[in-house]
Amino acid sequence: MIAESGHYALVLALGLALIQSVVPLLGARWRDAALMNVARSAALAQLLFVAASFAALVTLHVTSDFSVVNVYENSHSLKPLIYKITGVWGNHEGSMLLWVSILALFGGLVAAFGNNLPLSLRAHVLAVQAWVASAFYLFILITSNPFLRIANPPIEGRDLNPVLQDIGLAVHPPMLYLGYVGFSISFSFAVAALLEGRIDAAWARWVRPWTLMAWIFLTLGIAMGSYWAYYELGWGGWWFWDPVENASLMPWLAGTALLHSALVMEKRNALKVWTVLLSILTFSLSLLGTFLVRSGVLTSVHAFATDPTRGVFILLILFVFIGGSLSLYAWRAPALKQGGLFAPISREGALVLNNLLLTVACATVFIGTLYPLALEVLTGEKISVGAPFFNFTFAPLFVPLLIAVPFGPLLAWKRGDLLGAAQRLLAAGIAALVAIALVWAWTYGGATLAPLAIGLAVFVIMGALCDLAERVGLFRIPLSISLRRARGLPRATWGTIFAHAGLGVALIGIVCETTWNSEYIGAMKPNDVAKVAGYELRLDGLTPRQGPNFREMLAQFTVRRDGQDVSVMTPSKRNFTTRGASTTEAALLTCGASQLYISLGDTSADGAIAVRIYHKPLVLMIWWGPVLMAFGGLLSLSDRRLRVGAPKPAKAARALQAAE
Amino acid sequence: MTRKQRRLTLIGCALAVLAIAAGLVLNALRDSIVFFSTPSMVAEKHLGPGKRFRLGGLVEPGSLKRGDNLAVSFTVGDGGATLPVAYKGILPDLFREGQGVVAEGALDAAGVFRADTVLAKHDETYMPKDVADALKKQGHWKDDYGKPGEKPSASAAPTRGAMR
Repeated sequence: MIAESGHYALVLALGLALIQSVVPLLGARWRDAALMNVARSAALAQLLFVAASFAALVTLHVTSDFSVVNVYENSHSLKPLIYKITGVWGNHEGSMLLWVSILALFGGLVAAFGNNLPLSLRAHVLAVQAWVASAFYLFILITSNPFLRIANPPIEGRDLNPVLQDIGLAVHPPMLYLGYVGFSISFSFAVAALLEGRIDAAWARWVRPWTLMAWIFLTLGIAMGSYWAYYELGWGGWWFWDPVENASLMPWLAGTALLHSALVMEKRNALKVWTVLLSILTFSLSLLGTFLVRSGVLTSVHAFATDPTRGVFILLILFVFIGGSLSLYAWRAPALKQGGLFAPISREGALVLNNLLLTVACATVFIGTLYPLALEVLTGEKISVGAPFFNFTFAPLFVPLLIAVPFGPLLAWKRGDLLGAAQRLLAAGIAALVAIALVWAWTYGGATLAPLAIGLAVFVIMGALCDLAERVGLFRIPLSISLRRARGLPRATWGTIFAHAGLGVALIGIVCETTWNSEYIGAMKPNDVAKVAGYELRLDGLTPRQGPNFREMLAQFTVRRDGQDVSVMTPSKRNFTTRGASTTEAALLTCGASQLYISLGDTSADGAIAVRIYHKPLVLMIWWGPVLMAFGGLLSLSDRRLRVGAPKPAKAARALQAAE
Repeated sequence: MTRKQRRLTLIGCALAVLAIAAGLVLNALRDSIVFFSTPSMVAEKHLGPGKRFRLGGLVEPGSLKRGDNLAVSFTVGDGGATLPVAYKGILPDLFREGQGVVAEGALDAAGVFRADTVLAKHDETYMPKDVADALKKQGHWKDDYGKPGEKPSASAAPTRGAMR
């Protein structure tokens, strides 16, 4: 019964979404407030039904109802409860259900908290939101129904892919989807603005918090996924330039650009047309990511061609929404009034440069991700575009961006003073030079680019601090007044400082990890000692252990440094009997921001075990950076001007008549 | 500056950045992409030693030999031809005889493929396209192979080898 109810709830949600896609638009056309208000209740009811459907699937997984195909294929009665729950979205059907649930959640949030939106704008936004939702409900119901039953229920399930049986699965996909799907709101606002043919600074003020919220989740989601890959895959890599990762990086880059251009629009009423385009592009890239990951096109173009229903369906959604919104843009955008003149050297100019570099960097990732697919479809030739491609294209575009980052906040709106900004950044520049000299002297004869990159990172961090010092008048006025000023700074300013500093922190981690990573690979027997980066690791012994749904071989290492015992590390190799698959559970030892990393390979006949040990200097900074950025975003989101609520648009009274 | 001049400055900057990016992309596409081959294709194309490519196929059952200090050798076949592969390091979790594998490296003078990376896709059902085609022809195809499975953000787990 639960499966059928879940299915039924989903069908009802589709029905509500269809109503929500049409009625509010008619209401806006006829200027009928009652019809426009249908959007609000429909969005909330839709959220209720999708939530019920999702809860039904969770219940099925938790109770191990193997008469449902989805549960049979991805669950096992012995699986720990947490993985029974997370396993719900550890498969195609369930993860699509999570996708639409989050879409409905955002729609519900706009409905619940959008009371200060002009009625017709809210009606349009929710209608567009419902178009997207309807398309994906249809996709789930037609091609990926998670509630299908099996005629003869088996007694035991086939278990979840062991690699996914990790706490990472509980956090990473929901976070990522909150980010991905969150951009649907800015998309809906953009399309609504185009439909209404009017847009103003107040529009940007509404869009910015939603974009910011999605961006925070996406930032954390990507960072979390990267850390998960780092400790779970067992070879210490944290970014693979894999198409699945690029699929999440592209919306992040476009979303970051959107965040900055929306700022220009909010403060200066300029870049309207561009901001609308970016909103459309960002969500289009989210849709593209969904297509790449969900259609099977990445496994191979071939797999896509043999079972094309899902892929073709998502491709169709992709064409309709991206094509439709871009056509609408081409048709209506010229009608949007331009505003806010600015000189090339100004805060606006810096933000335009930011947008330019971010979108172009995003385009290179796009080419690197899709070129192999296009080539295979067109010529049948298989190529792989790996890290070298992105290192040669993406990195050179990020260098000027990072150099420009500290200048941006120091330039004035409208017309900036580049020389003045440079003078105020003198301290950061000196710090960067000192850092370059120190690192270069310390690693004399080593990598040449690494000290420069560290210098750049220091420049970005110190630049953010210079900005802060400048704003509170540090050293120019008494310290107590500076402190009072610091408390009085808008939270959005603090947000900028944290987020920009986070960039530098992440860069330091990336450079240190890739340049000064030391590794030991070898076969070890008990009591053998491996030496890595000043640490001595002795293999004490191997012990087998029985887990809930796996058997594992635990290795115990004693870590010594300078003759002192530091710690004990226990990496393991797990064997999951149901799937006959094994996973490597790496052991991590954190010292400050650096980590020791041990993962195990196979045991050989003579009792030796293959061991891979890494020392990764400052590796944790790679993830502290994004956490700082997200924290900055959170501070900015809590800014007073966003909490107090957006001002009424210039002609709120006329908004009702503005449609068409 | 007039409005027109400002706009021209902006467009000029945008074009300059785009041109630089296009140059970088074209340059990188020429130098840093790697082609994919199966053992049969290697035999047909007469690939010379030292040219990097990705080799895909099935690990021939019974061919895996472990030498000293993590040296590994195995044979990759696609139903038509086979190619010996030498690798030093730890093989990925999903590496198994009789299963699909993708290795990156180059042939040496003796015709042995020296791999510095052995990839095992996260998804244990992963099967290179050409291998799948070759297998289908020979009737070795199992339905399980074709199903796209679930993967976390990184679908490839390359094992970096020790060609130091």
